[in-house]
Amino acid sequence: MSAPTFDLGKLHGGLRLPAHKAISTAAPIVQVPVPDQLVLPLAQHAGEPAQPVVGIGEAVLKGQLIAASDGPLGAPLHAPSSGRIAAVEPWPVSRRYGNTAPCIVIDCDGEDRAAATGTGAPDSGSLAPDQLLARILEGGIVGLGGAVYPTAQKLMQATTCELEYLILNGVECEPYISCDDMLMRQYAHEVLGGAQLLLHALGLETCYIAVESDKPEALRRLGEALAQLDDARLVLKQVPTIYPSGGEDQLVQLVANREVPAGGLPIDAGCLVQNVGTAAAIYNWIARNEPLTSRVTTVTGDGVAHPVNVEARLGTTVADIIEHVGGYTERARRLIIGGPMTGRSVTTDRVPLVKATNCILVMSAAPTSGAPLPCIRCGDCAAVCPVQLLPQQLHWYAGADDEDKLRAHGLTDCIECGCCDLVCPSHIPLTAEFRRAKARIRELADEKARAERARRRFEARSERLAREQQAREQELAQQKADARQAGPDAIAAIMKRNKQRREDR
Amino acid sequence: MLTAIITITVLALLAGLALSFAWRSLPADSEELVDEVDRLLPQTQCAQCGYPGCRPYARAIVEEGIPINRCPPGGDDTVQRLASLLGRETLPLAEPPPDGPVVAVIDEAVCIGCTHCRSACPVDAIVGAHQRMHTVIDSECTGCELCIAPCPVDCISLRSVA
Repeated sequence: MSAPTFDLGKLHGGLRLPAHKAISTAAPIVQVPVPDQLVLPLAQHAGEPAQPVVGIGEAVLKGQLIAASDGPLGAPLHAPSSGRIAAVEPWPVSRRYGNTAPCIVIDCDGEDRAAATGTGAPDSGSLAPDQLLARILEGGIVGLGGAVYPTAQKLMQATTCELEYLILNGVECEPYISCDDMLMRQYAHEVLGGAQLLLHALGLETCYIAVESDKPEALRRLGEALAQLDDARLVLKQVPTIYPSGGEDQLVQLVANREVPAGGLPIDAGCLVQNVGTAAAIYNWIARNEPLTSRVTTVTGDGVAHPVNVEARLGTTVADIIEHVGGYTERARRLIIGGPMTGRSVTTDRVPLVKATNCILVMSAAPTSGAPLPCIRCGDCAAVCPVQLLPQQLHWYAGADDEDKLRAHGLTDCIECGCCDLVCPSHIPLTAEFRRAKARIRELADEKARAERARRRFEARSERLAREQQAREQELAQQKADARQAGPDAIAAIMKRNKQRREDR
Repeated sequence: MLTAIITITVLALLAGLALSFAWRSLPADSEELVDEVDRLLPQTQCAQCGYPGCRPYARAIVEEGIPINRCPPGGDDTVQRLASLLGRETLPLAEPPPDGPVVAVIDEAVCIGCTHCRSACPVDAIVGAHQRMHTVIDSECTGCELCIAPCPVDCISLRSVA
């Protein structure tokens, strides 16, 4: 086993936040039983929603494909348990945009019968890299760190670049969240197996497994599993505990000491980052033939009676999960899906567990910070920004809706980590502003694309009309010429025929 | 001192002459300007400006000096951008802008398949054949309303997409 090493690079800014992780890591992962009803949003990945391939009333088996996606950033969806399709209807979800989304609702029969599947391929060497990529695509596997970018597409993009390192992201820097920590402790073998598969698929020779220094237990378990495996390609790396060191670009900076270019991806810096949970999901799919139908998530906060990590089927509602682990406390006031920094507040616990859900946070009422005060240009936000942006400038431009200036100041590189919010002495909700401004920029770009398409269609139509007009004139001229050539008798015959036609009408 | 004044005056005179000559006798590159004006227009091809599409209107603005405030879908923003591009005064819109994006919807049960709307659509966003039901391709419709008037059975309405 290679000894854990310290970081090479240095992160700009960032914050040392109180971790609040110990409360949920004391007990092992709790298995949540299959509920009576599962609710599966069709859009559990970055791209357009998947299309259902099952009908209402149809019986499905565990692991059966229920929605397929052929869009550019799509991922298929599998039934997490056996039962009957009850409906395809809008349901409250925890997506960033919009409050409800179309979902497939499955009434489970409780038998949890699995679809007849093959045995899988435990030997990663038996599949060629491109076969492996195609297989990962079928498994519905998306990045489980939160961005839910389909893994297969990410890998395919990566194969077009010159890569050097695979980095497994086990950093999990956001407070309260500990699902990756527990996953690494209990499923270290799967994580490393997934890393080997990824290395094989990409034809790489080095995989850094980055784990934050505040997870000694996970480091120890991974170290032990690594010693058993005896694979020199896998290297454990310990990174300092600082938020947001787990952001992809930040992790590349820390582990490989390379800067991801503005507007670029880690693959532009020769690195591919995958979440440890994603690696484990890949292993489970390839080696055990289990598609992504469950995940580990953290249930924590002072609003739940027993903070703990749970493994539940996708589609289990938050209410079912919390009920199984002991329910709410009296102090529960706010429900946040995701962590305290990047999560999203929801108003109902009917929202289902989706591929992206890494944390269910129930908090007591927020201490009121009062209305935001004007910016005093103290510059604290710029000092903590891990992407080295100037939030105080972006704040002005976002207020003025100045798209060009926002772009010029790198708004699109903002990772929405929330550090600037936290340090702002005027309590300005900067991240929320930036999110809105980003959505606005996207909207404007969409509008432009639409206008461009309409212009092209208009031009194509004008061209077609001109062509048709010309063809008609030519035909007419041809007819005239023909008639003239044929002589007066023929003209008289044509005129007679036309007259007849007019009378018939 | 005197030499300097004379030199500068002569130079200015020459430059002025050259400029006025260029302005009068060299052809203006209006095609590029038309392109730029066209890019600022919203491309709904709605013909509310009195021209059969955005590009014809752009050409009229550049070549005939037609007012720049005849594009309701573009709103005041477009007028402002056009004004700064062409160095003209901003004008208030001739007609109020619409209340947000809309698309046309055909009541398919009522449609008699006359194809009038299909030939009126400037962006070919209506499909259908003679005596067959017609429908609007939502994603391509610009909400220009040109299909509404020709419909003999009034089965086309506008739906907000905001």
